[in-house]
Amino acid sequence: MSDVTLRSDTGIPDSLLPEEPDGEVKRHVVEIDSHALNFGPQHPSAHGVLRLVLEMEGEVVARAIPHVGLLHRGTEKLIEYKTYPKALPYFDRLDYVSPMCEEQTFALAVEKLLNIEAPERAKWIRVMFAEITRILNHILNLTSFGLDCGALTPALWGYEEREKLLEFYEAASGARFHANYVRPGGVAQDLPAGLEERIANWARTFPQWIDDLESLLTSNRIWKQRTVGIGVFTTEQALAWGFSGPCLRASGVPWDLRRSQPYDNYDKVQFNVPVGRQGDCYDRYLVRVAEMRESVSIINQCLEQIRPGPVKVRDHKVTPPPRREMKRSMEALIHHFKLFTEGYHVPPGATYTVTETPKGEFGVYLVADGSNRPYRCKIRPTGFSHLQAIDEMSRRHMLADAVAIIGSLDLVFGEIDR
Amino acid sequence: MADAPNLPASQPRTVTGSLGAISFRLSTTVPGIMSAGIEKGELVVRTTRDRLLPLMSMLRDEPLYACQQVMDICGVDFPDRTERFEVVYNLLSVTHNHRIRVIVTTDETHPVPSVHQLWPAATWWEREAYDLFGILFTDQPDLRRILTDYGFEGHPLRKDFPLTGYVEMRYDEERRQVVYEPVDLVQDFRNFDFESPWEGILTLPGDEKAHADRHDIKRKG
Repeated sequence: MSDVTLRSDTGIPDSLLPEEPDGEVKRHVVEIDSHALNFGPQHPSAHGVLRLVLEMEGEVVARAIPHVGLLHRGTEKLIEYKTYPKALPYFDRLDYVSPMCEEQTFALAVEKLLNIEAPERAKWIRVMFAEITRILNHILNLTSFGLDCGALTPALWGYEEREKLLEFYEAASGARFHANYVRPGGVAQDLPAGLEERIANWARTFPQWIDDLESLLTSNRIWKQRTVGIGVFTTEQALAWGFSGPCLRASGVPWDLRRSQPYDNYDKVQFNVPVGRQGDCYDRYLVRVAEMRESVSIINQCLEQIRPGPVKVRDHKVTPPPRREMKRSMEALIHHFKLFTEGYHVPPGATYTVTETPKGEFGVYLVADGSNRPYRCKIRPTGFSHLQAIDEMSRRHMLADAVAIIGSLDLVFGEIDR
Repeated sequence: MADAPNLPASQPRTVTGSLGAISFRLSTTVPGIMSAGIEKGELVVRTTRDRLLPLMSMLRDEPLYACQQVMDICGVDFPDRTERFEVVYNLLSVTHNHRIRVIVTTDETHPVPSVHQLWPAATWWEREAYDLFGILFTDQPDLRRILTDYGFEGHPLRKDFPLTGYVEMRYDEERRQVVYEPVDLVQDFRNFDFESPWEGILTLPGDEKAHADRHDIKRKG
């Protein structure tokens, strides 16, 4: 390469250009045409079905054009044709890595329109499982982010730990992923006997696992080489591009909906909001690791404060009556039948309800017209805004850095494409 | 890494006070606002298409409102209205911790001014509203479809678009390619009307005579 010089107007950063050779050297001028590269939709580090058309100048990304919608299933349209209770399971299938958090958003939106409030125990269960979900999500994201950058071991360790958490899911709801557990008016059923103790035991051992994960990555020089200073997003950029959640906090904005607009019982737990300063991939990684530690602390506080009690509102127009009662009471039987065929009627109104899901602000704009079906249910996915910024974020980076940036943004196409 | 200042954990959720002040200020001082009020504890501002951009840049730039982020833009279809679409902007201020919802109405032909100059994040939300509803935006350089298939026709979230769509896709083994065909439903689309047949009926079947008024019989004195 010593006798080849790149054209100066290609916009390639100086650090990537060869150093100026000494003395008189015969030079050839080489023009590198930009060419398009199809990244995905089958590429493993595209995290699902992202089709990213990269305009490359050699190894340098000149422009990144994401094509989304390959997983579009028309969830919003389907929900308009379902009763409110039947619309809920669609939320599990949006962001399939953090199902219960999204159910919680829809449940809160419906509760707001119905003007009801879940009982105390249900709120504690929701908060606890939202934090379990947060850890589930962050484990998968951090370890697959590691995998994208060549670290295989975290993924192997992470899946084992996720399996323990999915057992808690299964014990509470009967399903490992598509839980359909958090429902308007409370949760589907009470926790089985002994589950709280199992969660407490797990919460004692999990911080050690986080330490192990950090020992693999945090000060690993290859990991730092791949992530520090890559995909830097300033505070202004992050705000303008609609970032939320860990990606916004890594850019230096202390904004957490659990703290600033608390829902359920988040106003009764103490936790810190980790904030980064640089806004690069490494900060996004650090914020998520710190959030996992906070989640463990929130789970412990939930276990301390949770008390026996009802887990759904008593109004059987909204929540089904217990099965035992149905065997003896005609009224309970009618309520059950009406609830699972007709559903309940929600008074007219509109609400934009948001929660802090593991990926950021997940919102539901729910318009009710007084019937038993949502008139319009707009789902505000978190990753939509993050993916949109990938062009700005990965510009003038190397191709391999684009992979690291995708990993650090925590994209799941179930929710982006809806 | 640094921790955010530890605010008092139990902040009151009654933000209605400050929102009420904003709504009063907006409805009294800003021209072109049709209504501003609190609905279900959320501030909703309705305006017209031609006043949208000045209002939005004021909401973003004035320190009193300081809406740094547009979290969501979406359409809602009301086919019975003269201007059938509502375009809903959900703005968020991370410094004041408030949300403002701005609503404008439009129809299939009248475009809405794009806000992507104010918030670059608006581009994809506007593309989505265009894709799913056919709402047009002026000065939006990138108004392509986003969620539906390449070459898709129609706007699926309109109320007059059928749930099953018009075409279905399959891989044709013989032609060795993906083919589109008109939707063929093996079973009729089932759309149950669960509204109770008893509600709204004052006279039950078989009970007609109970309410019959025998005006024709005159009492004989």
